Amino acid sequence: MRMMTFAKRCTKEILRDPINLGFGLGFPLVLLLLLSAIQANIPVNLFEIDTLTPGITVFGLSFMTLFSATLIAKDRETALLQRLYTTPLTASDFIMGYMLPLLPIALGQTVICYLFAVPLGLTVSVNIIYAVIGMIPMAVFNISLGLLCGSIFSVKQVGGICGALLTNLSAWFSGVWFDLELVGGLFGKIAYALPFVHAAEMEKALFNGRFELAGAHILPILLYSLLISAVAVFAFLRQMKKQ
Amino acid sequence: MQTIKTTNLVKRYKDLTAVNKLCLEIEQGELFSLLGVNGAGKTTTLKMLSCLTKPTDGDAIVGGFSITKEAEQVKRLIGVSPQETAVAPNLTVKENLELFCGIHGFTKEKTQMKIKELSGLFSLDDVLQRKVGRLSGGLKRRVSIAMALISEPKILFLDEPTLGLDVIARHDLWDTIRSLKGSVTIILTTHYMEEAAALSDRIGIMKHGRLLALGTVEELKKKAGSDDFEAAFVSIVKEETV
Repeated sequence: MRMMTFAKRCTKEILRDPINLGFGLGFPLVLLLLLSAIQANIPVNLFEIDTLTPGITVFGLSFMTLFSATLIAKDRETALLQRLYTTPLTASDFIMGYMLPLLPIALGQTVICYLFAVPLGLTVSVNIIYAVIGMIPMAVFNISLGLLCGSIFSVKQVGGICGALLTNLSAWFSGVWFDLELVGGLFGKIAYALPFVHAAEMEKALFNGRFELAGAHILPILLYSLLISAVAVFAFLRQMKKQ
Repeated sequence: MQTIKTTNLVKRYKDLTAVNKLCLEIEQGELFSLLGVNGAGKTTTLKMLSCLTKPTDGDAIVGGFSITKEAEQVKRLIGVSPQETAVAPNLTVKENLELFCGIHGFTKEKTQMKIKELSGLFSLDDVLQRKVGRLSGGLKRRVSIAMALISEPKILFLDEPTLGLDVIARHDLWDTIRSLKGSVTIILTTHYMEEAAALSDRIGIMKHGRLLALGTVEELKKKAGSDDFEAAFVSIVKEETV
């Protein structure tokens, strides 16, 4: 009950921030539109909507990190969190209260991306449902990363690290903009050591109904999600103790 | 009857001793002010008493419970309004109050009743539906203190409640704080002499983490040999008269 009250508050704070909505939802949709327009005017299949959309949904999740990190860092800086520490809310209430609201927001963003892509020519099939559900582990990774960054960085730092660095990392290493096989080398090795390309590949595989291929990519995503969640919880508890 | 009793309370941060062997007794229903220059240890004392930070040494009994061993019980008795206006800016005044009612496990009926009571007490009726982030500094402070009172605390900690407010807003807030006197034990920190003099039953003057003097305004003036409270404060702090 207490946790749900806190989670409700976090949802309102995120959804009432026009910058959050503008970037989190607007930017991926603008990219879909823009890259589809480019595809319509080039002779090669670089940004086909059926491969582009799953990748864009993965890229869109990086904004969940920005949302959660900004909210937590702001709460720390305005002393709201300190004040809440004097109430009967427990550590798990805080952690779940920050993380839970972002999961439906992340899935909602994914659904909107797929719906937006339909008039642009996306193939409609039941696989879209599997692709949306398949986003959950990567969403947990991004939300946990936000909890971690919000626990250790200031609002200003979060803006730079999560807003600029992470969104770029997610974009470059997910293989959304270009085929990673073409680049190869160290860049390719780094990309495959990170979860972004695995999430994009899994999304594409689920969207195309190739479930065996999707299964091959889920393990690194799960491992990263578990690892970052554990580190994030540790970092949050540490800053809670420091307060 | 004592509500708060500190025994040799110490807080050290590496080489810095923020609070040094503080011994203090505060009576039930009293409005007690901690006065001191920057770095005197006022906020650190409040943080320890409200279980936000653990003492390095010593202990304090707050409402019958130890801050070192029974923090959860202490938290159920206290309300805290921090130095910064700690509110949820994108939520309306009503939603902020509802948030704290929910956190304290109130029913819907009790929540509505509490909001009505506090919005009346703090003159917030006209701004209940407005987002707190868009309110003036004075109104934000009132919301902040109203939030601290939601849990019906026996002890209320106000850390520099009028910091940054204009004269009118400050006097309005003083009236509100005065209206709480007697029903709640209030521990207030402030930099403003006139605030401490106008509101407090007793005042403790701190410097470098130590309690230099303790008493009513008249007692402190007498102790410093001055008719003016500000002059008395300066004299006590400069000469460290105990």
